[in-house]
Amino acid sequence: MSALDATIERLAGARGRRARRRRLVVLALLALVGSAFWLTLSLGQSYTPPGEVLRVLFGEPVPGAGFTVGELRLPRALLSVLAGASFGLGGVVFQIMLRNPLASPDIIGISWGASAAAVIAIVVLSLSGPIVAVVAIVAALAVAVLIYGLSFRNGVAGTRLILVGIGVSAMMESVIAYVLSQAPAWTLQEAMRWLTGSVNGARLADALPLLLSLVAFGGMIAARARDLDVLRLGDDTAAALGVPVGATRVLLLVAAVGLIATATAVCGPISFVAFLSGPIAARVFANDGSPLFPAALVGAVLVLVGDYAGQFLLPGRYPVGVVTGALGAPYLIYLIVRVNRSGTSL
Amino acid sequence: MSALSAKRGGAAGAVVRSARTRGLWLAVMVVVLAAICALSVAVGTRDVAWSDVLAGLSGEVDTIGQAAVAVRLPRTLLALAAGAALGLAGAVMQGVTRNPLADPGILGVNMGASLAVVVGIVWFGLSTATSYAATAVVGAGVTAAFVYGIGSLGRGGATPLKLALAGAATSVAFSSLVIAVVLPRADIAGGIRSWQVGGVGGATWHALASVLPFLAAGLAISLLSARTLNSLALGDELAAGLGEHVARGRALAALGAVLLCGATTAACGPIGFVGLVVPHVCRMLAGVDHRWLLPFSALAGAGLLVAADVVGRIAARPGEIEVGIVTALIGAPFFIWIVRRHRVREL
Repeated sequence: MSALDATIERLAGARGRRARRRRLVVLALLALVGSAFWLTLSLGQSYTPPGEVLRVLFGEPVPGAGFTVGELRLPRALLSVLAGASFGLGGVVFQIMLRNPLASPDIIGISWGASAAAVIAIVVLSLSGPIVAVVAIVAALAVAVLIYGLSFRNGVAGTRLILVGIGVSAMMESVIAYVLSQAPAWTLQEAMRWLTGSVNGARLADALPLLLSLVAFGGMIAARARDLDVLRLGDDTAAALGVPVGATRVLLLVAAVGLIATATAVCGPISFVAFLSGPIAARVFANDGSPLFPAALVGAVLVLVGDYAGQFLLPGRYPVGVVTGALGAPYLIYLIVRVNRSGTSL
Repeated sequence: MSALSAKRGGAAGAVVRSARTRGLWLAVMVVVLAAICALSVAVGTRDVAWSDVLAGLSGEVDTIGQAAVAVRLPRTLLALAAGAALGLAGAVMQGVTRNPLADPGILGVNMGASLAVVVGIVWFGLSTATSYAATAVVGAGVTAAFVYGIGSLGRGGATPLKLALAGAATSVAFSSLVIAVVLPRADIAGGIRSWQVGGVGGATWHALASVLPFLAAGLAISLLSARTLNSLALGDELAAGLGEHVARGRALAALGAVLLCGATTAACGPIGFVGLVVPHVCRMLAGVDHRWLLPFSALAGAGLLVAADVVGRIAARPGEIEVGIVTALIGAPFFIWIVRRHRVREL
């Protein structure tokens, strides 16, 4: 009896320590997002003191800072946070559900599908505003179904899914290149956005669809977070534990695709953020609990810091996708070195 | 890996063709190639009458039509040379890696060559076409070694999945670096496109002449390594048992492929998927013997690239689509088809 008590106490203690550790790391990540956000607002080509930044944020008219902070930096920082969180959350849902870190939407072609649809909507159909996001979401869902169907043959093997995704990505990339080359007045900036992702030329109005999708789709995912956790144990176990496996899977995939597609419609397919966020969050948390919220935070940090580095820390000025693209590839290569024949164990 | 499974994996759908069938297909291919080349000279934004084509071929530039022929002639020849080089390089790479998904584009070798040229231009002030080609060959070689090294690390050796992923990752990283290197330089920023998407639109006689020595060397080395590739297809152990220097033979054949795709990228920019599609089709026509497969691949690659260029000129009149976009649109579905055709274990 006393032995049982001791065990229970020890387990409770360990659980408490893990929960404390998790809270601590989440707080640290939040602080990191906050400070990167603040850095983007206050330090650019010129330095704006904290007092002035605050006054701009509260809507007071401040000469000079009102433009640099309110018109240039704030939309940029907001867009970075929202898009980064969307990519991070959408990516980690894919990775958990398909049980493979390589199966993130930017590697299996879903981001590219959304990007191609957004380019076509903007350049060919001359649409603008939230309708572009809707087009991107529909197209990304279609691409997801296409990839799933093409890789289905007596079940979907991880290897085949990823390889089919690489093929689909190549096609979507060439569609983007084609549409851009036919555009009457395409600029390098535009091309960069749709080929690597960028938050250049951000406007405050662009943040609205992102915020809506993050609330709606993110809410859907959060409501099913517990089921997603159980799904990690395998479909049979999850079904035995009372999770409606099929419905949960479809719902979560639709929500994840919605997040990715909306973010892509606004900022382009920012390279590798969806792919990197989940594994980084899992590494930082050592698997203490659900990686969903941490992955969203990591995504926001990646885009904020990547954009800041691309603008001010490097010798030239680069869109954020170039920075994250160069960062993500070595990690992908590290994963490849560890991947086994069936393409799953990592 | 046992010799048997190696043979099955390396030459899936293996067929042995009689010499007569091969000869027949070879004749058909030459005829088709000639027809496509004639089309390539005659068809474009402005269609040229055959009388003007003939006059233009003999060097006259009196009418607009004849002038168009004078521009299209080097373009057609460059597409011919590039297509042959890429088709041949793809066949050699698939043989060397015993991997049905090998292709200079998918493995990132073309993008590596592209990055090397861009770095050479921006940081080291290269300006001659020959130095472009030499730099591109070096870049292609380093990238090929890197991707193959990454792909064969870890458990299971160089599986198609790992090679394809390593190539895709390297491509993305190098493509980012190409942008990073070129973007600050406003004077060549318009040229970013030509180092990301390959095309043959800017062909000149001079550019063609300066890559020809590299292409010729690559062609000779590749064709001479046909026997080695045949032995390698049986598996490393058996090839060694047949008296083949496995590592040396593999390196030599790879050198041939690297010369071919490096020089091609220097002249046209990175063009993908030709090297993937062509050997698979040629294996159906010519069988798996590399002594036949390699020349077939060169011919079919030339035909495919010239045809893709013609399609790109017709489909978007009065503009044109770069040939790299057309080959990706044709090649990517083909890639997916190959992935679906093979059983997962073989991939």
